[in-house]
Amino acid sequence: MVERILPLILVGIFQGSVYGLLAMGLSLQYGVCRVLNITHGEFVMLGAVLTYTLHIGFNVNPLLAPVILGPLLFAIGFLLQATLFRGLKARAPSPAAFEGNALLAAFGVMYIIEYIARITWSGRLMPSYYLVDIVSFLGMDFVKNQIVTFAIALALGVAVYLFLSRSRMGRAIRATAEDPGTAGLMGVNTNMILAFAFGLGALLAGIGGTLLSMKIAVSTTLGFSNTVIALIVVVLGGLGSIPGSFVAGILIGIVSMLVAGFLEPVLTVPIYYAMLMVLLLVRPTGILGKK
Amino acid sequence: MDITRFISTHRKLLLVGFLLLILIFITTLPLYARPSDVRVLTTILIYVVLAVSWALFSGTTGYMSLAPAAFLGLGMYTMALLQKELPFFLIIAIGGLVAFAFALLIGLVTLRLRGIYFAIFTFGLVVFMTEIIQFLETRLWGRHGQAIIPIDNETLLYTMLVLVVVTVLATYFIRRSRYGLALVSIGGNEEAAEHMGINTTRTKVFIFAISSMFMGAAGVVTAPSLIYVNANIAFSVFYSFMPIFMAIFGGMGQLYGPVIGAVIFGYLEKTLRAQLYSYFMLGFGIIMVVVILFLPNGIAGLVPMLQSKLGGVIARLQKGSQGEQHANT
Repeated sequence: MVERILPLILVGIFQGSVYGLLAMGLSLQYGVCRVLNITHGEFVMLGAVLTYTLHIGFNVNPLLAPVILGPLLFAIGFLLQATLFRGLKARAPSPAAFEGNALLAAFGVMYIIEYIARITWSGRLMPSYYLVDIVSFLGMDFVKNQIVTFAIALALGVAVYLFLSRSRMGRAIRATAEDPGTAGLMGVNTNMILAFAFGLGALLAGIGGTLLSMKIAVSTTLGFSNTVIALIVVVLGGLGSIPGSFVAGILIGIVSMLVAGFLEPVLTVPIYYAMLMVLLLVRPTGILGKK
Repeated sequence: MDITRFISTHRKLLLVGFLLLILIFITTLPLYARPSDVRVLTTILIYVVLAVSWALFSGTTGYMSLAPAAFLGLGMYTMALLQKELPFFLIIAIGGLVAFAFALLIGLVTLRLRGIYFAIFTFGLVVFMTEIIQFLETRLWGRHGQAIIPIDNETLLYTMLVLVVVTVLATYFIRRSRYGLALVSIGGNEEAAEHMGINTTRTKVFIFAISSMFMGAAGVVTAPSLIYVNANIAFSVFYSFMPIFMAIFGGMGQLYGPVIGAVIFGYLEKTLRAQLYSYFMLGFGIIMVVVILFLPNGIAGLVPMLQSKLGGVIARLQKGSQGEQHANT
């Protein structure tokens, strides 16, 4: 029994770290910009598909692909916040109205990105596996890319956390999240900060997509399901909580592996939902969320 | 002069006459139109029900439900499972009740919390339903999908017409009732509404369940025209997003806004989607963003805006000419 559970849990942690990375980006965007960005999964898709194109078409090592696609996705996210969401915020009569309108606008953007991608790459499967050889670790066999993606996701997660908590820019981001008005009075260029935070979220989603493309055959349709997973993870971890998102991502990864291993793969989403329902009833602020 | 006065004094009468004309047009359509046109009209009516009932809850309160398809699909499956046991009209009522009960459950869990939790929860609900139904079908019933006995076009059209009338009337009366006022005040400022003595959670849950009930009933009528449904068809994300597009495009401030949106997009969808699917959906996304950014009240909001602008211009012209007359005398 233990021999069966332990590898599942480890693979779950490896898989979950990628979910955690995606959720961190989403959490940042909601926590700072108040935009529930349901386009998030489409950025994951763009990251994955661009990595495939670079890897197969131009022979770029997938580990280096973020150097090219990272700035691109950051720029798209930055511009979205600087134009669309900023404009919506200026017109909205109340913060609640802004959240609703931003959600619906994100919905439109989701369609735009998804169908531009479908027109460009069609809906076919694009396999660009990387590092597929087996390594032995603690007497268990793992595919190398699982360990590599885990290491990258963990390193990035820690880096983003340190950036937000230690650096001057990070402090400005947190101040803007807490109270944009006061932050502006203290000399923070809040519009710049909001756009930067949104771009950073898009960048994290894109790198998450790169990591996914090493492990699975990607396609232009994978956006929606990744948005759903990222949203569930974000609520589990506590809306707006960055470490919470990462922890919840790993939890979801473990649960998905255990469900797939012992029950039925098709039941993973229903089980996430059961977890979400229980959590919302018991502790709506999430696992690590503030009261 | 007399005509404008006639219009302003007999506004209600004219409106009723206009609605009667539309009703006559729809009821007599099967006499002279092709069967395919009848089917297009039936689909448009389905979208009208979805868009109007979506706007009833989400448009007024600002709580974005992203899962109309979950309730539509429930209706379709109710039809699939009960079609041999019960008469069609009874199944419509049952489909509505099933959706009502399911929405009640979801509302009780999520509508106590801030709106964003509700949006998140409903966003993935369609995926949840798809996978649960797939699991039940393969594991318990041992088959994939359900065949549905077709029903003739005219019956479906007239049933749908009755459903549209019921939905629109119900929405009209709810909007004018205490519940309607409560919904609008929740949308404006929920905390203030609570302090005014409105039981906000009960109001939200109840209206959400009512709006889902109409979607479920619409699902029952949709199923026979599809002949076959499985989890992926019944709970297609597309059915979730279309009503939202339509309601926003038409405008949610007035009752007729979502109706206009549903008629325009329902027609376009039926005629264009088959050939240019990707470009069609891309256009949807662009229109959605543009409408939210520049026309927050949709097409219906355009009319009063133009009226006030034109009215201002006309008044200025009239004043100008009057001034000239004064100067001349």
